Amino acid sequence: MTKPRIHNYTYDVVIVGAGGAGMRAAIEAGPHAKTAVISKLFPTRSHTGAAQGGMAAALANVEEDSWEWHTFDTVKGGDYLVDQDAAEILAKESVQAVIDLENMGLPFNRTPDGKIDQRRFGGHTRDHGKAPVRRSCYAADRTGHMILQTLYQNCVKLGIEFYNEFYVLDLVMVGEGKKRRPSAVVAYELATGDLHVFQAKSIVFATGGFGKIFKTTSNAHTLTGDGVGIIYRKGLPLEDMEFYQFHPTGLAGLGILLSEAARGEGGILRNASGERFMERYAPTIKDLAPRDMVARAMANEVREGRGAGPNKDYVLLDLTHLPPEVIDAKLPDITEFARTYLGVEPYTEPVPVFPTAHYAMGGIPTNIKAEVLSDNKTVVPGLYAAGECACVSVHGANRLGTNSLLDINVFGKRAGIYAVEYAKTAQHVPVPADAASEVIAMIEKVRKAKGNEKVAVLRKELQDTMDKNAQVYRTEDSLNEALDKIAELRARYENISIQDKGERFNTDLLEAIELGFLLDLAEVLVVTARERRESRGGHYREDFETRNDKKFMVHSMAYLTDKKVKKPGENIKIDWKPVTITNYQPMERKY
Amino acid sequence: MSAETKKIGEIPSFKVTLFVRRFNPEDGQDARWQDFDVEVFGTDRVLDALHKIKWEQDGSLTFRRSCAHGVCGSDAMRINGRNRLACKTLIKDLDITQPIYVEPIKGLAVEKDLVVDMNPFYQAYRDVKPFLIASDKPEKERLQSAEDRERFDDTTKCILCAACTTSCPVFWTDGQYFGPAAIVNAHRFIFDSRDEAAEVRLEILNDKEGVWRCRTTFNCTEACPRGIQVTKAIAEVKQAILRGRA
Repeated sequence: MTKPRIHNYTYDVVIVGAGGAGMRAAIEAGPHAKTAVISKLFPTRSHTGAAQGGMAAALANVEEDSWEWHTFDTVKGGDYLVDQDAAEILAKESVQAVIDLENMGLPFNRTPDGKIDQRRFGGHTRDHGKAPVRRSCYAADRTGHMILQTLYQNCVKLGIEFYNEFYVLDLVMVGEGKKRRPSAVVAYELATGDLHVFQAKSIVFATGGFGKIFKTTSNAHTLTGDGVGIIYRKGLPLEDMEFYQFHPTGLAGLGILLSEAARGEGGILRNASGERFMERYAPTIKDLAPRDMVARAMANEVREGRGAGPNKDYVLLDLTHLPPEVIDAKLPDITEFARTYLGVEPYTEPVPVFPTAHYAMGGIPTNIKAEVLSDNKTVVPGLYAAGECACVSVHGANRLGTNSLLDINVFGKRAGIYAVEYAKTAQHVPVPADAASEVIAMIEKVRKAKGNEKVAVLRKELQDTMDKNAQVYRTEDSLNEALDKIAELRARYENISIQDKGERFNTDLLEAIELGFLLDLAEVLVVTARERRESRGGHYREDFETRNDKKFMVHSMAYLTDKKVKKPGENIKIDWKPVTITNYQPMERKY
Repeated sequence: MSAETKKIGEIPSFKVTLFVRRFNPEDGQDARWQDFDVEVFGTDRVLDALHKIKWEQDGSLTFRRSCAHGVCGSDAMRINGRNRLACKTLIKDLDITQPIYVEPIKGLAVEKDLVVDMNPFYQAYRDVKPFLIASDKPEKERLQSAEDRERFDDTTKCILCAACTTSCPVFWTDGQYFGPAAIVNAHRFIFDSRDEAAEVRLEILNDKEGVWRCRTTFNCTEACPRGIQVTKAIAEVKQAILRGRA
């Protein structure tokens, strides 16, 4: 074995991930503490940049609105699994979050009197469900791009230190039980193969999602859940992993996202016979119902034979009644995607669409200070998480559109503030001499593996089984089938080999390591989905079709144990955590 | 495939040959071309073909990619001699009777296969002060008219992919030149009515390595995968240096 070169650093605050949440945290932390941001990508490559439609905030710039209505919509949209104290913070702090971004330079679309313009989005309503409300602040259909660019620009302005194309692969924890503390993270440098140990008082995870467990997804190739997987492997819990959002309008067959803004601006979903089928599923707000309901309605149209196209396997997003100048001004990017990738002209033809795996509602459990929890209540001092990787939980069982760009700004900012506060008085936790040993072992195992299985084959089989068995519709049988398949893939993963044995830019090696995280997270998703024998939000069980508040008005908490397993999934311990309710008792969810 | 033999809804596939420029810094060899035959579908992009090679034939083939639909800017490369994003270039739109040539973007040092050292490119971007500079401390949002917002809309679309800068013949011969992307990002703030530091940026670009090196070849505009009128933006910055911000 060649001895790896190991470099050591000491910071007050280390942030893992340079998307929206990570950079928003860095902007708070950078001026007050010695801060580093470590990212597997150059910051502006992060997937925040792919978000399109907008960021919710009750500015009331174009019509009456209030943060209380926004809170209610978020709770109801999340099918009452939302922690309501967190949702109140999200809605209350949204206004300042948007103003922060404008002040930093974000080029929002404007109203005729020069204020930030707002538009409609799914599930956002006036006065507790009476009618759609204009709450989404936006910049054409590239709001995420503008947020990502603006945050990076401000990081440049503040001189934030970045370590780009560094893959964080381990979190070093020291001590036992409630005394266990984070000490450092260990990163693999893509360009050289060197290892870097970053000691910090506060460590913030802002590592994004893991959509690549599915085949049809709007997520980037790099969204492999490394951060969430690291936390899980440390024996810390993951919350509500069964709740995964399928966005209704992915380009059919490709999964590329077409923003809900298309429907916010007046677009209509139609089946093969041209019927506006959402009128049957959500009579009041129709095409602007929350994503879980629209995605299920679309899948149901296809299952019942009303799908469009030669294989009747998609529905149609109709924009042809919108004036071309509105399309050009408000939806330029997504209409270009339709032209580029499907050769469809949205001015004159409806666009083939089908649900695409989009967003993890679950993740690393945190409290409203973005502090990571080691059980239902106990905080891990010095460890924080924000953004899609975290579960605070403001999205509950189903996230409303425009609440994720809001989440990264509100809770990214909070993570930065509280990470600094902690670092001001805390001491560094000494880094053990063998801090990098787990990462060294992980890399050497893959590099030296001499098996005959290919990473790409295993990954594709994982994605196929997840699309088939754990997507919009789920049953005990389908989930057991997925779990058996994952167990088989785990065994075969022990028998892989890679072709690139080099040290420089070895993406072959990293794809193998990323697959390990994908297998872990897919397994947790399937096991928790099997245990939740009800239907709620994005989790729909055909064998338990109704919501069961008596039994399941609780968050799932999944822990990896070292238990020897006879059956797949037995190594995961499931616990349950109460939902925080402040003002809104669960009601039937009708739109 | 004839209409008779094609099943309803079947997606037709076809075979293409890719010539990919290879370079491995660890094997002591010079850069060279290597050809691969790949089976692809009508909706496949050049990025899909590269993935098929990496995943089925040669795991050591190295390139950057992330979002795979033209918004993250990771996979700019030279495809049949033109700078494009691999994820936005449909194979069926190329001349597939000929091999497809794929090589790294020019003017930046090649690190491995299609990966180049982007640091000089990012440094030029950072050097133009690409952030809003304003002395006021508003309590709410600053007001900006729709017309003032429109003035710099085009240059807000930049994704820093480097397709423009590395298509510029001036940049190929003079790596010190700021290059089109840095000027585009300066333009984005010079023409933002909320910003107060236009003069500072114009001074930075009124340099022998600044806008005056531009020879108006329009390569940058043709290369931009976001459809930004790059050459026009550079011309507007030149005008602003001569006559002040319009």
